Amino acid sequence: MTFEMLLQMFPIALMFAAPIILTALGGLFSERSGIVNIALEGIMMVGAFTGATVTVLLEESTPAAAWYGLLAGLAAGLVFSILHAVASINLKADQVISGTALNILAGGLTVYLCQIIFHQQRTRAFSNGIQKMTVPLLSRIPVLGRMLFIENYPTIYIAVAAVLLTWFVVYKTPLGLRMRACGEHPQAAASMGINVYRMRYFGVLVSGALGGLGGAVMVLTADIQYTLVSIHGTGFISLASLVFGKWNPFGVLGAGLFFGFSTALSFYAKDIPLLASLPGEFFYILPYLLTIVALVAFAGKSVGPKAAGEIYDSGKR
Amino acid sequence: MSYIVEMLHITKDFPGIRANDDITLQIEERSIHALLGENGAGKSTLMSILFGLYQPDGGTIRVRGREVKISDPNVATSLGIGMVHQHFKLVHNFTVTENIVLGMEPRKGPIIDIREAEKRVEEISKLYGLAVDPRARIEDISVGMQQRVEILKMLYRNAEILIFDEPTAVLTPQEIHELMQIMRKLVTEGKTILLITHKLKEIKEVADVCTVLRRGKLIGTVPVSETSEARMAEMMVGRQVSFHVEKSPARPGATLLRIEHLNVKTAKGVLGVRDLSLEVRAGEVLGLCGIEGNGQTELVQAITGLTRPESGRILLRDRDITHLSIKERTDAGIGHIPEDRQKHGLVLDFTLGENFIIHNYYEPPFARYGILNRKKIQENAERLIREFDVRSGQGALTAARSMSGGNQQKAIVAREIDRSPDVFIVAQPTRGLDVGAIEYIHKRIIEERDKGKAILLVSLELDEIMDVSDRIAVIYNGSIVAIVDAASTDENQLGLMMSGAYRPATAAAAQE
Ligand SMILES: Nc1ncnc2c1ncn2[C@@H]1O[C@H](COP(=O)(O)OP(=O)(O)O)[C@@H](O)[C@H]1O
Ligand SMILES: [Mg+2]
Repeated sequence: MTFEMLLQMFPIALMFAAPIILTALGGLFSERSGIVNIALEGIMMVGAFTGATVTVLLEESTPAAAWYGLLAGLAAGLVFSILHAVASINLKADQVISGTALNILAGGLTVYLCQIIFHQQRTRAFSNGIQKMTVPLLSRIPVLGRMLFIENYPTIYIAVAAVLLTWFVVYKTPLGLRMRACGEHPQAAASMGINVYRMRYFGVLVSGALGGLGGAVMVLTADIQYTLVSIHGTGFISLASLVFGKWNPFGVLGAGLFFGFSTALSFYAKDIPLLASLPGEFFYILPYLLTIVALVAFAGKSVGPKAAGEIYDSGKR
Repeated sequence: MSYIVEMLHITKDFPGIRANDDITLQIEERSIHALLGENGAGKSTLMSILFGLYQPDGGTIRVRGREVKISDPNVATSLGIGMVHQHFKLVHNFTVTENIVLGMEPRKGPIIDIREAEKRVEEISKLYGLAVDPRARIEDISVGMQQRVEILKMLYRNAEILIFDEPTAVLTPQEIHELMQIMRKLVTEGKTILLITHKLKEIKEVADVCTVLRRGKLIGTVPVSETSEARMAEMMVGRQVSFHVEKSPARPGATLLRIEHLNVKTAKGVLGVRDLSLEVRAGEVLGLCGIEGNGQTELVQAITGLTRPESGRILLRDRDITHLSIKERTDAGIGHIPEDRQKHGLVLDFTLGENFIIHNYYEPPFARYGILNRKKIQENAERLIREFDVRSGQGALTAARSMSGGNQQKAIVAREIDRSPDVFIVAQPTRGLDVGAIEYIHKRIIEERDKGKAILLVSLELDEIMDVSDRIAVIYNGSIVAIVDAASTDENQLGLMMSGAYRPATAAAAQE
């Protein structure tokens, strides 16, 4: 593999990394507040569907249609995640089951809405998604400029900004401290006058917003329309990134980039002598394989929030 | 006389049990008021009502003369009431400071001003003589330090009325001594303290007034200086209690448990037990005493199979059990009352009845052809509950988690004694128990001894060691430094040996 090829891989890898990072940050908020959110896959689907639909419908009237699509995806993810919040916080449902139900619901719901709006099982193709851009000045930095600032999707900048903002909120503000306390020891948080329910709602809704945004980002950069398979497991890869990144925003950034590159590898494998002999399908399974390998290798070593997944019982001794 | 807190005719029901029945409690300002009662008497419930965790079903509460409704802990906090819970409520991976300021963080703009927070924590800890490192993580500090953090949490919120729920149950004697000093200091600084305990000694040492509860009912309130320990014990239990264990001299037989040159690592990877050898004979109680953290935990875990030793041998009736699994050891005749009852003693989310058959659930009469016999399990549970006076809301069907700590302990003791193992490893059997229960458990241990079983009693309570044991082994820094006859030693001598300051010239001389 030449250095030139590595440089070429950057835009594609970053394109795939952006939605993974955003969605995994969503998972971070949810789990840090104490709610396991495996509904991220379904939330991404809802965000992707909404993002694509809004883009298609607004395309005629505004050049910024795809940006409205992103916002719409964010909003839709947030609304969809309310279901998970109500089920797992108020109704004390098992969080994994509620998440699974949402994942199944998302598939049916989006295809059903496609039928109603577009009379087919997918959205109409949009002509322009988010456009690549070159950042002035920064693009002139040798090598680095080429990697990060020439002909890249701006979504990766949004993702990096979200990483910084998440770090700030989670580790520097009272809100973050309280949210983490709810994920580690909710009874302790409650005894200090913190409203555990409210903090957990916050965590889940932010995860919905970021997951929805991640879904919209994915469809509007890597696809031409929303279909049932647009997300194909990226929500789960995001969850793996969260574990891999040890529930830390910068860890998530690293893990997201890792998965971005492993996905991009499938596009370039045929040009790399050593890898060309392997069947193309191998590279499609690669990210998922790496997910499993990463989870097994890190199993036991990385520990998440202690109370995540546990139903909150204020009277527990 | 004006009271700072008055709880008048408080009643509280739980499913199947009236935990508080028309209880009236009046607290004077700047006093230490003790609340005494057996396990399950309703002390924690009463204090939880004062702290707003539970709502009473009847009665009124007055604070500083004004009638109040304490609907949640926030209201209690704003009234200046703080509580140190029996089980600490600390976030294990937060720092001391983060735990203290949580929910009331000093800010600089949108950011937590952690410097300011640390400064405040340091100021308060200086004022009341509560030395802690504000930057240490909770998981890295001792239980005694964690308790100080709990106290600081209340003081940071300007609490005036401090509730301590069995604060000494988890402390070492040294830490208990320090806590008593802290309490006195708090009172001189103008605080009022409510102390829940069943240790009469502690009440005598610090408290001014003592209120006694029994089975949810108020028995009386007495001035401590004018009431003897025996009188308070009687009020608590409802009959006369003997503080001394009645026992005949031991008639030791063959050696049942033999430990040879044992080395065991601690969880942190350093040697906790070093080249330790020990013998326990049939028909005797060997007490193991030492300051906490001198290898007792590791020794017990190695004998019972919870951890693997580095080297050395453990022999049960001359059979090498060093490499057997826990279950094989249990079947071979080892019984264990574990130090950590919630972690190793009970499955908290199982019922009491299920916990009782945790060793032999698979054999008749509890199971046949792989199917559990609920009726037999129920009968077994009812028998043990009766025999050992285990109190709980719903009998055999009570979830272990919902039981009070003392009754959880009684349940474990009941299960293990009922098996009547040949070699009985008993760690902290009466930690957190009231005198009545202690008396009963000691009696049962002696009965086991007289049946010819070998008993290794590990305890941090010197009184318990001296009362129950026939021989006493002193552990220091992972090794046995002396073995003495219980009849021919005293607290001072043991204390010196435990601290490593003094070794008798011939430790072996006392062995025979
Ligand atoms: N949350 C609860 N649910 C059901 N029963 C309870 C609960 N809390 C306490 N109890 C029962 O009420 C009684 C009094 O308990 P508690 O106040 O904890 O006793 P103490 O603190 O004096 O040992 C016990 O029988 C206990 O099992
Ligand atoms: Mg209690």
